[in-house]
Amino acid sequence: MNTVAVIDYGMGNLHSVAKAVEHVGREAGDDVRVVVTADANKIADADRVIFPGVGAIRDCMAEIKRLDVGQIVEDAMKSKPVLAICVGMQALMDHSEENNGVDCLGFLPGDVCYFGDGLKDESGARLKVPHMGWNQVKQTQPHPLWKDVPDNSRFYFVHSYYVQTPKQELVTGKTTYGKEIVATLAADNIFATQFHPEKSQKAGLTLIGNFLNWDGSL
Amino acid sequence: MALAKRIIPCLDCDNGRVVKGVKFLDIRDAGDPVEIAKRYCDAGADEITFLDITASHEGRDTTVHTVEKIAGQVFIPLTVGGGIRTLEDIRTMLNAGADKVAINTAAVDNPEFVREAAERFGSQCIVVAVDAKQVSAEGEPPKWEIFTHGGRKPTGLDTIEWVKRMVSYGAGEILLTSMDRDGTKIGFDLALNKAVSNAVQVPIIASGGVGNLQHLVDGVIEGEADAVLAASIFHFGEYTVQEAKDYMAEKGIEVRSL
Repeated sequence: MNTVAVIDYGMGNLHSVAKAVEHVGREAGDDVRVVVTADANKIADADRVIFPGVGAIRDCMAEIKRLDVGQIVEDAMKSKPVLAICVGMQALMDHSEENNGVDCLGFLPGDVCYFGDGLKDESGARLKVPHMGWNQVKQTQPHPLWKDVPDNSRFYFVHSYYVQTPKQELVTGKTTYGKEIVATLAADNIFATQFHPEKSQKAGLTLIGNFLNWDGSL
Repeated sequence: MALAKRIIPCLDCDNGRVVKGVKFLDIRDAGDPVEIAKRYCDAGADEITFLDITASHEGRDTTVHTVEKIAGQVFIPLTVGGGIRTLEDIRTMLNAGADKVAINTAAVDNPEFVREAAERFGSQCIVVAVDAKQVSAEGEPPKWEIFTHGGRKPTGLDTIEWVKRMVSYGAGEILLTSMDRDGTKIGFDLALNKAVSNAVQVPIIASGGVGNLQHLVDGVIEGEADAVLAASIFHFGEYTVQEAKDYMAEKGIEVRSL
């Protein structure tokens, strides 16, 4: 039995994540159980943890603090594989510019910045914000979660803020939208994605399958 | 390396069946929504939009159930619209597995609803759907008015002003349907699309009027749409989603290949 806890702190489309994980487990013939919960004990008992998040960072951080999710994630990160998705990834950083500035968990070094108005591509064409849709991800470092995911595969993004980190060695994937930005980060047994693997069809489901088999080492 | 333009097949559903009408009338049965959604997804659809046109209250349960079934099999973004009037309706659809909801009439009745919805659930899942109809005469500067109730009820709202307002209230995306073109198969209202796309920062989904693959290309290039939505050309087997993508790629548009 492979138990996956999806941390439920009231933010995010947890059902999409849970359904995608169940689907991947079923297709692989693995005995995967998904629990959607905020209960620290259940999360501690799980084999691996998913930290999702959508919406505004201020509301996410407020709920993370209220339910002490930071401690839960910190504990999980010490002992088991963790997959952080979208605002879940952003919440791991030091600080976000969103909502006039919000302090985040500070588990990974770096900040979350706004794309800016007047964003343009190389040819000078205007780019919309949010960055919404399927963009290519360049794998900048090998990682077990990239197994069988072709380089430059497209993943589904929807975000107006992006992560910047001074520690480039943490960056495992990049995408380009007006500028080159971080698509994925990895540190020890945590892997974080700005995109939504649960909505990224084959490439995303492959990545989730890799996460289900990952022991947290490189 | 660039963001792909999205192709979004739309399933108009009545009591659990996909239907498609011409100018919101003359409805034809096109099949089972779960099967159809799966087929489109396998053929490379970038998202699925599910619009519920079921009138009866009992039918709503069928809709939730259908959304659940689609979401369990289709791992691309799913937008659900039709009859979304309360925060509870949004919660129900998100719990059923929708990623975004499209709000139309309820936004016109109570614009603050959009603000509340975006604050509660985040702009990324709030799509404001607008049905626009040209009201200026030939030779006049173009003007489009917002209509509700399937195009029967004028609101007096100017489309450009309305869309700007909705974005300022937190709409993360605009689903723009031309009532003049819907079901006609003569192509999108490109002037409308371009005007709306240039008025706001968020992505625009062009809808209404697609009859062939060149219309999709025109919507992106001339109409400056970020995504194109079509129903009948896919439902009745005239084209597959894959053919649409191949054609768009041939014309130099960035699309996602499988």
